[in-house]
Amino acid sequence: MRLDGLDLSREGEAKTGPPSLSLSRLVLCVNVGPSFPEHSCMIVVRQAGATPLRPDIEDDAAVDLVDRMLSGDQRALAQLMSHVERQSAEVPEIMRRIASALGGGYCVGITGPPGAGKSTVTDKLTAYARQQGKTVGIIAVDPTSPFSGGAILGDRIRMQQHYLDAGVFIRSMATRGSHGGLPQAAQGVRKLLEAFGKELIIIETVGVGQTELAIVETADTTVVLLVPESGDTIQTMKAGIMEIADLFVVNKADRDGAERMLRELRMLVHMHSRYDWWETPVLATQAHKNVGMAELYDTIVQHRQTLSDTGQLLVRRRQHRRQELLALLQQRLMAMLVAQLDQHEVLLKLNEQVQEGLVDPYTAVEQILRGKDILLWR
Amino acid sequence: MTTERKIRVLIAKPGLDGHDRGAKVLALALRDAGMEVIYTGLRQQPEQIVAAAIQEDVDVVGMSCLSGAHNHLFPRVVELLKAQGADDVLVVGGGTIPESDIPALHAKGVQAVFGPGSSIAEIVTYIREHAPRRS
Repeated sequence: MRLDGLDLSREGEAKTGPPSLSLSRLVLCVNVGPSFPEHSCMIVVRQAGATPLRPDIEDDAAVDLVDRMLSGDQRALAQLMSHVERQSAEVPEIMRRIASALGGGYCVGITGPPGAGKSTVTDKLTAYARQQGKTVGIIAVDPTSPFSGGAILGDRIRMQQHYLDAGVFIRSMATRGSHGGLPQAAQGVRKLLEAFGKELIIIETVGVGQTELAIVETADTTVVLLVPESGDTIQTMKAGIMEIADLFVVNKADRDGAERMLRELRMLVHMHSRYDWWETPVLATQAHKNVGMAELYDTIVQHRQTLSDTGQLLVRRRQHRRQELLALLQQRLMAMLVAQLDQHEVLLKLNEQVQEGLVDPYTAVEQILRGKDILLWR
Repeated sequence: MTTERKIRVLIAKPGLDGHDRGAKVLALALRDAGMEVIYTGLRQQPEQIVAAAIQEDVDVVGMSCLSGAHNHLFPRVVELLKAQGADDVLVVGGGTIPESDIPALHAKGVQAVFGPGSSIAEIVTYIREHAPRRS
């Protein structure tokens, strides 16, 4: 499939085909306690379109939601997103059922410090993409309060022009305890937007510092947005956010210092290129005046084309899937462990001793992982 | 491993008045009460409010209106939500609303109305207790 302008096909993948699809099933077992195999954790990656693994536990309501979503019901899509956000028991079945509808979307991540203009750029880029006839899904992330667990999600304020456009779906998400600038559910919500038929999916991260880099684990193209005040050469040479850009954008480029910022970034990417197949472009925009949006869009298209031509899109998407697997696994194992910490007698006692300073945490971890009696996961 | 359910609230300013101090104070109070609050900005048409409520899958829509047009705007939002099959969403309103208007608003599906003098704590408690329990 090839669409005008933005090529959203899976051309890169089709050439070789991801090896996982040659297996009808890939079963990964992580055994966490020999005496209690029921607590083993099983992840099954299945070929799209295969029959459900455990039809007996199918949830009719969730299945119905998926059917409605796939036939274009926005409310069903929104409700499925809530399932993914609260990690409900239906999520694996939902993901199995949308698998065959995936592959038609291209994901662009927009990240940068607070106040750089991420929402405004997302808004204007969306307007431009709509002019090109593309449908757009937006995931706008704001931080969860570490104190109350609540959040103010205010990115929509800048996106009002799209509220009544059926070709744009906007979902605000709170980070809910994750620290990489994206909520853990972002990948799942992205997939739902893709299954719903959105061609361009824009993920706007929280305002980031230097190390919130989770966006590269989800986005095909990562845009790092800076402003003239973002810092001097040494700031731009530091590790972290400056290393993940496929594209630098200096927004608010009518402000003092923009020329210098642009010059220094161009020098940086010229001196030190991450890839030999792509020299990170440095663009200037003034999103509030709609200046530079066509160039930004075209450069994203060009990056997508280069990824596809060099086979790097396939590489990236393989990495994304691996990261997703590891993240889910880590999350589930941690949840199991934490639940045990509050219940299991030995763990409870050890936890107490660590809190009192009687046992150091290193020793405690060794005991937990080694002791057969402690690994009684009940 | 379903996680704890979070109450999601859309705070909206329908109509043409530009005073959103009250909406912002309430948004912060709801955040401090552990809810996720989506704020959509000023001067929203009922259609825009409902589109946002649907996409965000909120449990509650809270509207603030200081222009005097609440008798038209609040029930219109209830109607549009119903038309989308989202009549389980709790709809509440606040602002400069005369006591005498409240019974008619209740009758049209605005489940609670908080006029001048309402306390923030009262509104937060009401929302926490009345947000629909969804699976």
